[in-house]
Amino acid sequence: MSIEVKNLSFSYGDRPVLHDISFSVGNGEFLSILGPNGVGKSTLFRCVLGLLSGYTGSVSVDGTDARTFSIREAAKHIAYIPQSSRSIFNYSVFDIVLMGRTSGLSTFRSPGKKDKELCQWAMEKVGITRLQDRCFHRLSGGEQQLVLIARALVQKAPVLMLDEPTANLDFGNQLLVLEQARSLAREGYTVIQTTHHPEQSYMYSDRILAIQKGRVLTEGKPKEVLTEQTIRALYGVDVEIVSLYHDSARICIPAHITK
Amino acid sequence: MNEIENKHRRTVLLMGIALILCILASFTLGRYPVSPAELLGVLGYKLGLPIKPFWTSSVEAAVWNIRLPRVILSVLVGACLAAAGGAYQGVFQNPMASPDILGASAGAGFGAALAILLGASSMGITIGAFAASLLTVALVFTVSRHARGDRVLGLVLAGIMISSLFQSGTSFLKLVADPNNQLPQITYWLMGSLSGAAWSDIGFVLLPMLCGLIPLFLLRWQLNVITMGDDEARAMGVDPRKIRLWIAVASTLVTASAVSVSGMIGWVGLVIPHMMRRLVGSDYRFLMPASMLGGGIFLLIVDNVSRNATTAGIPIGILTAFIGAPFFLWLITGKGDHYEH
Repeated sequence: MSIEVKNLSFSYGDRPVLHDISFSVGNGEFLSILGPNGVGKSTLFRCVLGLLSGYTGSVSVDGTDARTFSIREAAKHIAYIPQSSRSIFNYSVFDIVLMGRTSGLSTFRSPGKKDKELCQWAMEKVGITRLQDRCFHRLSGGEQQLVLIARALVQKAPVLMLDEPTANLDFGNQLLVLEQARSLAREGYTVIQTTHHPEQSYMYSDRILAIQKGRVLTEGKPKEVLTEQTIRALYGVDVEIVSLYHDSARICIPAHITK
Repeated sequence: MNEIENKHRRTVLLMGIALILCILASFTLGRYPVSPAELLGVLGYKLGLPIKPFWTSSVEAAVWNIRLPRVILSVLVGACLAAAGGAYQGVFQNPMASPDILGASAGAGFGAALAILLGASSMGITIGAFAASLLTVALVFTVSRHARGDRVLGLVLAGIMISSLFQSGTSFLKLVADPNNQLPQITYWLMGSLSGAAWSDIGFVLLPMLCGLIPLFLLRWQLNVITMGDDEARAMGVDPRKIRLWIAVASTLVTASAVSVSGMIGWVGLVIPHMMRRLVGSDYRFLMPASMLGGGIFLLIVDNVSRNATTAGIPIGILTAFIGAPFFLWLITGKGDHYEH
């Protein structure tokens, strides 16, 4: 399923946040949205997800304007994987995953046997079956992130949106979650993440969208986007980019070290 | 997974059985002794079974006209308060939420005091309390629509402010009330008591109670999703505003009904859902029925104490606070919580 954003602008009151943003993500593509803090990354993320609606321009999902979706329909198209989840009450991992089935249920129903089977499938897929009876709050950040991915999978939405999925994770878990996101994209899911890691988005994603001051700075294949100029324009720092393993990885090294 | 669910299901079932046993036991308690055989006889006879009366007419009156309505009302009021408290804790994502968070009790108190001041009958007081309770919550909703910023916070703050407004209104009514008969009546009403329970009370509140309890029961899965926060709930296909409104309307109906027949009975709505979380966890699929049953059992037991412990009959509202507050302290100082895995 493809997402197409056309000329999207958004203001909080009279404070403009996003200007004329356009990009598209195709089936099976993994897009990383890069940009410094406070440039409107999360606002853009929320607009695409349908959590903010006061934008001009359009977001379309396979050609259908996302604004015409009901909340339930939107959930059937796009699933949201937050950075962390914070219910004040304790739920088991299984219960959390099961909540992903809600968009497929009528308002007065509780999930049934089929829904539970789907949860088993999703938990197996991301490798958390052994955690199913554990309390969600007591899991590590990486495990929680995998549970939230499983919850998004049972939602049966073809588009997955991850909000800074690696922000709270240790190095090992960051890679684990990114591997998972990439393998889902290989299966045909359309995956969008926001991130603060240029090097990781280079290694894992298919395309990078760089946002600066509410506008698209540049957009394209990682090899085109991840350059010294882009990093300087985005973050205001000088780096030297070193290419490794036949350019399958690029490392940004701060200028003071290379001098 | 299914093992845990089955365990919780069994717990809820056991609570249902416990409730029935408590109900039967409640009839035999009291100044006028009724044997189990007489009790079953009267109940069967009244339900139309072909039983030849072997009991005295005063036993029949005690069972049917005095104890049965009081028992039914205790169970209903307990179930309503606990269900509304549990639901509010979920939609407001606040473990300290109780059924009166949107002003239902303060409004009912004011309505009852006003009705007493105007010399209304006991039915008139119930109706006055019920109507004032609904109006107060409606007012809270209207005011909160104009609040800037976070909607949920606006609603809760409006609830607190308008509650306090009506409480001062009630205090004023107490000030101007006739200190010989009206003032004690108002004070007694505000303490909360089921001692005047009659069939007419049940007739008045049964329908609104069911109109609230049934949606609360049916929406229990949506409640789980709401506790994840508005963004996540929306992304999972739940309209948090719509569900919150439904829950608030249903909870207001049950709270207003409960308070209008029983007066202010505090703590049940706050404590019972937390107690039930210990038993069946946070999943509202089990927590909601468990809270309804647990609230019923709790209030029935407390009312039995209130009825039998002293000849004067301590108002139940005092007892629930007496039991509820220390219990809550035990709950928050207790070792850890129920999901220690």
